[in-house]
Amino acid sequence: MSTPTTVLPTTTVEEPPFRRFVVQFKENRLAMAGLILMILLAIPAFGAPWIAPQNPYDIGALDILDSQMPPGSVAEVSGITHWLGTDSQARDVLSAVLYGMRTSLLVAFLSVTVSLLIGATVGLCAAYFGGWLDALLMRIVDIQLSFPAILVALVMLSVLGQGLDKVIIALIIVQWAYFARTVRGTALVERNREYILAARCLSLGWRRIIARHLLPNCLPPLIVIATIDLANAIALEATLSFLGVGVPVTQPSLGMLIANGFEFMLSGQYWISFFPGIALALAIVGINLVGDHLRDILNPRNAL
Amino acid sequence: MPVFIINRLFQAFGVILVMSVLVFVGLYLIGDPTSMLVSPEATEIERQALRKALGLDQSIWVQYLTFLGNAAQGDFGRSFLTGQPALQLIIERMPATVELVIVAMTFSVLVGVPLGILAGLRPKAPSSKAIMTGSILGFSLPNFWIGLMLIMLFAVYLGVLPASARGETVNVGPVALSILTIDGWQHLALPALTLGLAKAALMIRVTRAATREVLPMDYIKFARAKGLRPSRILNVHLLKNILIPIITVAGLEFGQAIAFAVVTESVFSWPGMGKLLIDSIITLDRPVVVAYLIMMVFFLVILNLVVDILYMAIDPSAREKVRD
Repeated sequence: MSTPTTVLPTTTVEEPPFRRFVVQFKENRLAMAGLILMILLAIPAFGAPWIAPQNPYDIGALDILDSQMPPGSVAEVSGITHWLGTDSQARDVLSAVLYGMRTSLLVAFLSVTVSLLIGATVGLCAAYFGGWLDALLMRIVDIQLSFPAILVALVMLSVLGQGLDKVIIALIIVQWAYFARTVRGTALVERNREYILAARCLSLGWRRIIARHLLPNCLPPLIVIATIDLANAIALEATLSFLGVGVPVTQPSLGMLIANGFEFMLSGQYWISFFPGIALALAIVGINLVGDHLRDILNPRNAL
Repeated sequence: MPVFIINRLFQAFGVILVMSVLVFVGLYLIGDPTSMLVSPEATEIERQALRKALGLDQSIWVQYLTFLGNAAQGDFGRSFLTGQPALQLIIERMPATVELVIVAMTFSVLVGVPLGILAGLRPKAPSSKAIMTGSILGFSLPNFWIGLMLIMLFAVYLGVLPASARGETVNVGPVALSILTIDGWQHLALPALTLGLAKAALMIRVTRAATREVLPMDYIKFARAKGLRPSRILNVHLLKNILIPIITVAGLEFGQAIAFAVVTESVFSWPGMGKLLIDSIITLDRPVVVAYLIMMVFFLVILNLVVDILYMAIDPSAREKVRD
């Protein structure tokens, strides 16, 4: 005769999903390297006003005598050591990179957040209500996605004009459709699950069902897309600024810094473009390494 | 099948019409082009006369209808800067872009498909992991960045390839081509590589996914069981079946590549229509921008249609789905 107290073995108690996620994430060394890289770039970028050797936006502090100095030289006027050299306007490249990274990250982060909110709302509503609303919204998404992102962004900026806010708006217009399509795909599957049916049987309001029941279950793919999209937003913003239609000259992002140094590169003064370029590449690669691994562990097909 | 094509044709026409409204209304909001065209000393009367000559004094809807009527006849107005017809300007620059994109796409297929098959055949091998990590770099790094690094390496540091312009061309009929001269190839090499690397990265991922999908199929197992040589299984059984996604993606990417040539052409001062677009956006040359965008919309919609029809033609199971 068995005792009823031994029926529940403690080994089957499931780990909390978040802890399992952290353990799985740590297993991949490349993704951890990407995460550390992201943190190492973000902290000095957002702390730029306090740690940069020079304020690159303060034209008065610049002395033209110090312009185009190679990396490691000491300025004669201010006595600052320019570890990464100076550009044609005597700006310290290291400071410009830190400030530029701040602008790039800010633009990318804001645009991804807003497009995620818009895209998720559209996608969830389309999947939940179906019918003509779904058909209409998805037609718009399809049409937009059939046009290359760079063209849509170029058109938007040529309509809106230059400015940090305009770039963010253009990026939102480009990106929301990706979120909408991804969320809709997941939500269509989730919509027919029992828990949604149960919520409906309780006659909960549609707002509550969408926000409290449908949305949380569509989060994993959203997180993946948002991560990778952060890298895409940085790349697209850099491209637009490089082409001269992005951020204004007064607040150079990494892309604009690269464009400014481009003409000097051919005469051998590589550092003006090269270091902003390396910073840009590290940011994009770091985010992609994290995103690629997130996709592997958050994909329900790979889950146990 | 014919019903499907007619349906898609109507849809395509609708998309073009909607996009023409969006492009036109959108670009109408860009600053007053007359301020760029007349000298600062011009009187208000001269400005008014110019607005009238350009038709800018009419209401926006009259302007749109005039525009649409003219566009249907291939007339997109004249460039504000050079006075040449906008369409002619674009068509003159088109061969340079198309040549660049064709070379880049050929490169991406020739490099991407073999590497993708390799990575798909042995997904756990270190070489495959290296290929896949490399492909992440290839399509996540911005196009202009790759171009910049190639210029630094080959043009500045090694000094073996030119960094800008088109080089010597040979006229074939009305079309000037770079690919017929050695100098032309030297100029073409870096921009085509820049554009091609990103697309090759994508082809690697598509090919790998397709290979991994086809490998566990019964016909592959059967071919193996029959004792066919691995090279024959690879070249006939595998390649034929992964061709469908590869053709679809390569076709759609052709359109994307023409759009992304905007960036590559700006980096390398390649005299194509993408460079023309950027220059026109910066100088507010509205007719050229509108003409370029309408042309691109037209081209992309047709390309999508052709890819869809091709897909139907080569994949019998897709035909079945449409019939249902």
